[in-house]
Amino acid sequence: MSSISDSDDAVRSERSGLAALVFDAKARSLFFQVILAVLIILAASIAVRNAGANLTEQGREFGFDFFDRPSDIQILTTFGTWLLDYEAGQNTVWDVFLLSIANTLIISVAGVIFATLWGFLLGIFRLSHNFVLNSFATIYIELLRNVPLLLQIFFWTAVLRLVAPGPREEGWLIPGLLNFNSKGIYGPYPLVEEGFSYTLIAFVIACVAAWGFARWARRNQDRTGKQSPVGLVTVALLIGLPTLVFLVTGRPMAIEWPNFVTEGPILRRGFENGIGSYIAPEFFALFLALTTYTAAFIAEIVRAGIQAVPKGQSEAAGALGLPPGLAMRKVILPQAFRVIIPPLTSQYLNLTKNSSLAAAIGYPELVAVFAGTTLNQVGRAIEIIAIVILVYLTISLLTSAFMNWFNNRVKLVER
Amino acid sequence: MTTHHNAAFVRTEDAPLMEAPSSQIGLRAWLWKNIFASMADYATPGKAVISLLMTVITIFTAYALIWMTWTLLDFALFSATFFDPEGLKRDACLDEAGACWPYVKAKWYQFMYGFYPPEEVWRVNVCMGMLAIGIAWLVFPLPHRGKVALFMLFAYPVIAFVLLNGMPIEHEGDIGQVVSGVWFPLILAGIAFAGWWLARSDRYGDVVNAMAPALLMAAIVLGIFAGLPLVTMALDLALGTEVVETNKWGGLTITLVVAIFGIVISLPVGMLLALGRQSNAPIIRYSSIIFIEVVRGIPLISVLFFASAMLPYFLEPGVDFNKLLRAMIGVVLFASAYMAEVIRGGLQAIPKGQYEGGMSLGLSFWQQMRLIILPQALTTVIPGIVNTFIGLFKDTTLVLIISIFDLLGILSATLKDPEWSTPTTAYTGYLVIALIYWIFCFSMSRYSVYMENKLDRSHR
Repeated sequence: MSSISDSDDAVRSERSGLAALVFDAKARSLFFQVILAVLIILAASIAVRNAGANLTEQGREFGFDFFDRPSDIQILTTFGTWLLDYEAGQNTVWDVFLLSIANTLIISVAGVIFATLWGFLLGIFRLSHNFVLNSFATIYIELLRNVPLLLQIFFWTAVLRLVAPGPREEGWLIPGLLNFNSKGIYGPYPLVEEGFSYTLIAFVIACVAAWGFARWARRNQDRTGKQSPVGLVTVALLIGLPTLVFLVTGRPMAIEWPNFVTEGPILRRGFENGIGSYIAPEFFALFLALTTYTAAFIAEIVRAGIQAVPKGQSEAAGALGLPPGLAMRKVILPQAFRVIIPPLTSQYLNLTKNSSLAAAIGYPELVAVFAGTTLNQVGRAIEIIAIVILVYLTISLLTSAFMNWFNNRVKLVER
Repeated sequence: MTTHHNAAFVRTEDAPLMEAPSSQIGLRAWLWKNIFASMADYATPGKAVISLLMTVITIFTAYALIWMTWTLLDFALFSATFFDPEGLKRDACLDEAGACWPYVKAKWYQFMYGFYPPEEVWRVNVCMGMLAIGIAWLVFPLPHRGKVALFMLFAYPVIAFVLLNGMPIEHEGDIGQVVSGVWFPLILAGIAFAGWWLARSDRYGDVVNAMAPALLMAAIVLGIFAGLPLVTMALDLALGTEVVETNKWGGLTITLVVAIFGIVISLPVGMLLALGRQSNAPIIRYSSIIFIEVVRGIPLISVLFFASAMLPYFLEPGVDFNKLLRAMIGVVLFASAYMAEVIRGGLQAIPKGQYEGGMSLGLSFWQQMRLIILPQALTTVIPGIVNTFIGLFKDTTLVLIISIFDLLGILSATLKDPEWSTPTTAYTGYLVIALIYWIFCFSMSRYSVYMENKLDRSHR
């Protein structure tokens, strides 16, 4: 490699034409870019041409007109069917698409909320000096993190099937409130009457007032050093005001209890469909599996986040005379959150994406009912899978945009 | 001091050591410190509430732990059926409420190998044995790690494919095909030799370095096209193996095949994507970013659906390739996007001075990468790579949705067998399969933690 010892100019002057181009970083980068672009365009055009040829060969065409077709598939009663009032034969494929998105969103939102609560609790257990709590959290995390989620979904489905009473029995999940048998969970359903909107308005006013009070309390503390009972006032406002209005307006809400039929033909016995609120066992199994699985990951994130705060911070808080609880709330957690939020976001996204595993147990969300049943019915593989991919991308991008915004709010502002 | 040397009040020996106070040692102290200390503060009403809450939570958790352990032990051991000497199958397990181990014994072969013909199963065993030795060699640092790593990365996949799939040559024309296939690699070999010769000569040496990526591609193509037929021919002449179609593969075999294939291919692809994402060339950078972000934004199932339902439309009409291969392509697409992000983290952790140092030595971009940047970047992200691999290993279960019988898929299939249908069969199966996955994933995560500690120390 004698050329390395030569000076750059000497090397360059020695070569001319093609060789000089090879050593020009810009020319080389352009060369590889052109090759990549040509390859991508080539692959895309071949794919499009082949797709056209394959479609004509099978006598199909490309287009999104299938959305207007009536859909006659039976879909499990879920949030989506409730929202769109779905009935087989009455609605279009577009409605099926919307209800499947609604089902994906509801399982994701429910999963995210409960996985966060359970995960934070486990993370704190994991850091606790209490041997029982600590070992429980450790065993839980190491067990659930290292077993595939799909297996856990199957397991919960099987457990529900085992513990649930038969479909004609009136099992109790929470005595007096929730019923439970192998057909699902049945509970009361609020029937809103006229005048309920005042209660909702009162709730909105309470929210605004609580926010305003918290703001004022913070300013007041900055100015005078006096603390106000923000938590207590907030709870009182949020619960008290709507309750008061609800009672004053004459309780404009009836409660519909599930109807348990004990007489008549055997197949009609059990809980009557469409009365009271209902949660399908598929939803419940998926919810349990997603929540418990994701909570194990969140717990580890929380533990790592809290441990990432230097020990000097809690010592400094102690030196200022803050009791441990307050030090945790005012000093440790705000700093830990900065470490926690980015990986927490990706766990939320993972949970949303993992909800697609419902395809294996028949909960009607996007992949199961739209990319599965509907695809088999209308046979438009390219369009449907492209749409599914777009929907997931949109959900992912929106979630990360929101979490980025939140992260920027809690981020450390450096000088 | 010396004047009092013999004085009676001066001690000539140490005072006897006293026992530590009993509140500080022994079981009682341990119990106090680790369990009861958190529930014993009743100084103020607030603290009392917290202490009482802790007491309730602790009792509840302890009960849950004991209950779960007892349930598991009772199910797996005390109430379980272990033997089925009379060959009763399901009737042997109906009486007990515990695990049905004869079922596992009867189906163990399927869990491991799927529908692989029993007389050919030694091929799977040889494959897995080589894999185990290779991984052990790399994990417990034995000599010649580099050579073993090269062997496992390049030669082993070919050998494994030939062993698992087989390639018959007893049919007419097969030898001819293989030999005629050798012509193409021979030409490639000629090109590679020319490149090597040019690289040795002083005048064009750095031309070759500048064009390293193109040469690398050529080398990979060469390896695949020349290596595969040659090794196959040699092995087949020696063994005379029979073809076992991939639809007969199953169980742990297919799980390992998909996972190992995924990791081996996604590592270099992810490396290229990570470098592409950091490139200054806009077309390369944006195509890498779009690929990575799109794949990371969608669930693996939709990638698998894409590979199984959408991909066939984009191929030449009439061309159809193996279902397993399609699933593996989906898994590789998915894993390489995640791998790219892990490796990018490593690349970003390298101080800029390292790049500049490389440049000041006059190294080309690929020389910098190969000699300076990638060795450091890859070492720092080994834990991340292992974690990605754990995720990939668990995600291979999803191939059952496009009806490939991996470990979980074969379990679901055997659960439908009426000869073994008992109330506890499903739980027995889930327990065994979960344990297999757990052993793999947990040992990998331990390895990742070990590497993390080891690397962490080297930075201090």
